[in-house]
Parts: sequence; C-alpha cells; structure tokens
Amino acid sequence: MSDALRIGFLPLVDAALPILAHELGYAEDEGLALALLKDMSWASVADRLLYGHSDAAHLVAPLAIATTLGLGRPAVPIAVPFVLGLNGNAITMRADLAAQLTDPGMPGNVVQIGKRLKTLIDSGARLRFGVVHRYSSHNYMLRYWLLGCGIDPNKDVEIVTVAPPFAADALASGEVDGICVGEPWNSVAVDRGVGVIVAVTAQIWRRGVEKVLGVKAERLAAEPELYDRLLRALWRAGEAFIDQARHDQIAAILARPDYLDGSHGLIRGAISDQILFAQGLARVHVPDFMFQHREAANFPWVSQAAWLYAQMAAAGHVTADAADYLSAQAVFRPDVYRRALRPLGVPLPGASAKLEGGISVPVGVGTVQGRLILGSDRFFDGRQFDPDAFDAYLAELSH
Amino acid sequence: MDMRIAVIDDSATRAGVIVDGLHEAGLPDVRIFTERGGMVQTLEMFAPDVILIDMANPQRDELEEMLAVSRALARPIAMFVDQSDAEAMDAAIDAGVSAYVVDGFAKARIKPVLELAIRRYNAFARLRAELDEAKSALAERKSVDAAKALLMKKRGVSEPEAYALLRKTAMDKGRKLVDIADALLTAERLVGDV
Repeated sequence: MSDALRIGFLPLVDAALPILAHELGYAEDEGLALALLKDMSWASVADRLLYGHSDAAHLVAPLAIATTLGLGRPAVPIAVPFVLGLNGNAITMRADLAAQLTDPGMPGNVVQIGKRLKTLIDSGARLRFGVVHRYSSHNYMLRYWLLGCGIDPNKDVEIVTVAPPFAADALASGEVDGICVGEPWNSVAVDRGVGVIVAVTAQIWRRGVEKVLGVKAERLAAEPELYDRLLRALWRAGEAFIDQARHDQIAAILARPDYLDGSHGLIRGAISDQILFAQGLARVHVPDFMFQHREAANFPWVSQAAWLYAQMAAAGHVTADAADYLSAQAVFRPDVYRRALRPLGVPLPGASAKLEGGISVPVGVGTVQGRLILGSDRFFDGRQFDPDAFDAYLAELSH
Repeated sequence: MDMRIAVIDDSATRAGVIVDGLHEAGLPDVRIFTERGGMVQTLEMFAPDVILIDMANPQRDELEEMLAVSRALARPIAMFVDQSDAEAMDAAIDAGVSAYVVDGFAKARIKPVLELAIRRYNAFARLRAELDEAKSALAERKSVDAAKALLMKKRGVSEPEAYALLRKTAMDKGRKLVDIADALLTAERLVGDV
C-alpha cells in the first residue's frame, strides 16, 4: 500500500521532475502514489499548499520566501528541501526592439545588449517588461541585469506581471515590449513570430536558482520520512532528465494534455538546451540553459535564499531586516536534503552556503559524501554575493 | 455602507449566475470582468471592496501584483479575513473560487457573500457535469447506432442481431459497448473501401 502525495504544479517545462518521478516509476519505487495537481496561477498553487489541498508544490523560489514572510498572504513558514532546477528562462522582446539590441538568432553579449538598451532608454524610450509573478526569479533576474547595466528597474522602465499563457499575446499586442518567462513560453512567442529571444537567464547568472519544491514547514517536520522518500524519487527523476537518450520520451510525457498540453518539439528544444532565438533561424545550443541536476543542482544552498532576499530588498518588495533575513535563509533546508539522499550514496555538499558567483573555473568542493566538482556560477557583471556581507552587498547593488 | 463587488471570470455564463445570486441577496453594486485587456485600470476605477475570481483563472497573479502596488485600492488581502476560517477555505478551494477582501471590512458581512459564491460555483459545476454527461451519452448512442447500421448492411442481419453481436463482443473482450462500436467504425474508415 503506497502513501498518497499530492503535488501542485504550473504547466512549465521545469515542472519536469515531479512529473517524471511519477511517470517513470521512481515515486512508486519509494512506495509513493503521486497525484499531480495542475493550476494556472502561482496564487492557486500557493493556496492549495497553504490550505492543505496539496502536500508539496512546484514553486518559484522567491514565492516560498514571500509566503514565509507573509507578503500578500498570512505568513505560513514554507520549507524548501529540494531545488527543482536552475535557470531555463529567457528574455524575449519585440522583434524591432531586439534588432536594435542584438543580432537576432544568436546568443549575444548581455553586457553589450544591456548598454544598447540603456542608450535607448536614455534617449527617451519608455519600455514595459512583463514578468510572470511579483515574487519570481524572473522578476529578480531581469532587475539584476537591468541594474547591472545602469538601468533603474524601479524608475527607468515599468515592470508588470503577465501570466505565462498570455506572454506571447502581450508581446503581439504591444502591451509589453519584452517578457522574462520560462519555457515553453519564449519558444511559443518566437514560433509565432511575435518576439525574439535576446538573452537567456543562464547568461545573467550561470547558476540561477529557479523552481523549488515547497512544503509547509510543519508538515515536513511532522512526516520527515514521507518527504525523504519524495526527495529520493525526485533525485532519480533528475538523473533521468539529463539523460539525452530519454529526451524524446520526456518531451512526449511533458507535452501531454494533463501536464503542459504543449508542443513536443518546443518542449524537446528546451530540455535539450536547443534554443530557437528567432523565427526562421536554426536552433542554437546554449550550454546550461536548463540546469536541472548535475553538480548537485538540486541542493538548496542557503546562500541562494539569501541572494533572493537581497534582490527582494533591492526591488523594494521588503524592507531589509535582520530577523527576516534569517527567516528567509531558513526556508532552504540543506539538512533535509542530506538526510533524505544519504542512502542513495550521492554527493552531498558539506557546506550549506557558498560565495555565490565565486566560481569561475570548475573546482572541487568539500562533501560529507561523494565527490563534487562545481562549474562556473558567475554573474554576468562579475559581482559576487557573500551572504555574511548582506548590508555591504545591498548598498553596493543599489549604489 | 454598500458593498461593492467585482466578479472576474473567464466564463460569462458562470459570472452571470454569481451576479444573479448577489442581486437576489440584496447586493446591487456588482460588476463582471471577463476580458483580460484593460482589467487592471477598470478594476482600479471600480474600486471594489470584494473581488471574486475563479481559481483556474491565470490572471490571479496579475491581480495580486495589482493589489500589491495599487494606491487606488484599499489594501485587499487574499482569500478569507483570517485563517480561522479553515472550513470555509476548504469549501472555497473545492468549489474553485477565490476571494480578495479589503482589509478591515466587517467579517460578518463578507461571510454570506463568500458562502453564496461557493454555493453558486458548486451548482454551476454540477450543471456543467450533467451537461457533459448528457453530451457524451448522446455521442455514445450515435456510435452504437452507426455500428449497428454498419453490421446490418455488411452482414445482412437484423437490428436486434446486430446489437446482440456488438454486446457479445463487448462482453467477450471485457470492453464497453461503445468502445467496440468505435473500434468497428474506425476499422471501417481505415479499410472499408478496400
């Protein structure tokens, strides 16, 4: 008799690991019967989780922190014991705007693209960008890039929320000039000829934290063994996800109506890092476009939560506060990750936090189990984030 | 003080059902928002005390962003007035409706509105399920009739014989009658003209 677990998700490519844990039998191996609950907004995913209509959820990482801090909803502590993936988003702009910033069709230099964007804005362009949620990695990644290019995201441009299914429409109608959204929605806009990808988020932060598994902290504490089994199933799903031989099978599963209800071809492009930057041109291989598993990508580094809180403060979404900073970091639970995955014999980082953006060439890191080499985790502007120097970082970020 | 209510719903029919209920309950100041374009501006101008929106609506995140930044609207908060309403929350999520309420609005006045919305959402879902059922029963009957006609023509049997043949095959294969009928029709479409 297996234990039932309900997992909320939004129809996005990076909901892959819980879906695959179910479809490829890894959950069953752990004695779990997963039920995947599809919603169309993060608000509904969060409500289901908070009020016990789901047991875990695919969440944009900053929303787990915002919910814990009580932004927009009564505060409920959320725990993140597992990261469902890094990056996988892109910035797609109106074709005429993109043509002024980059050579359409190829990944360009995001520093140069940002400079040209700043020149346009300085000469009077009033631009509006859409992000998928107020508390989304998309929002903070876009803001980080703009800020690093000398563009004040709060004053020089307008940033609004546009739900992913409407992103292509919003570009086509001129409601927004650009969008920062996950796959397959950039590809949908490119495929329709209403947008050109000017940058992928992996170019802004090579190891940007994206979706996480969110669980109510009290549920996780009450049933640790149940969630440990879920984490093991998700880890194995991650292993399958990066197996190129399975990409056709995985794309076919994700494309199904009960999951993404989308195009097999577009989804396959995203999961294999083959990105179509502009309509009518060839796909380009973008290394690490989606980074779902290698290098302990699923490990919830506390420093990732700390970085997100810093961006929330820079955006004016929170007023920087020492106690809240600690609460935000406590959302990420590397201790649970280690406990759950130890029996699999997989590499487990010894540290719980790191200097984000501090690695430029592959380096071996200390582990409590296994051998682990981390590749570059650089930010596009070369800035580093030391979670122990929060105040100095924030001051520097906001000039 | 009157209560001003905004109903945001992809389905104009369902929104109408909700609004009728609110009117019957003596709440006249209600407006429906079905179009996505310009919703934020018109909603700000309308300045509702309560917003009802279906949970399957992708615009919830856009709405919450608006509620977080709007200066025109008093600060509404998500869902119920406080967390003590766990039972009502359950019922709302089951019904597929979510609500935003201006902070400080008297709880006693909000509750009946939410309960009414939940009842109407449930009633609408039941209606739709019954309609779907009726539609699929009709489609099944059409398939079975077409399959019977095909057998009568090809095998020269009577209608009761054709029906008995279909039913026996279904029983032997452990399948539904309509599945056998569909399979027969599909086969006919594929190879019928050979």
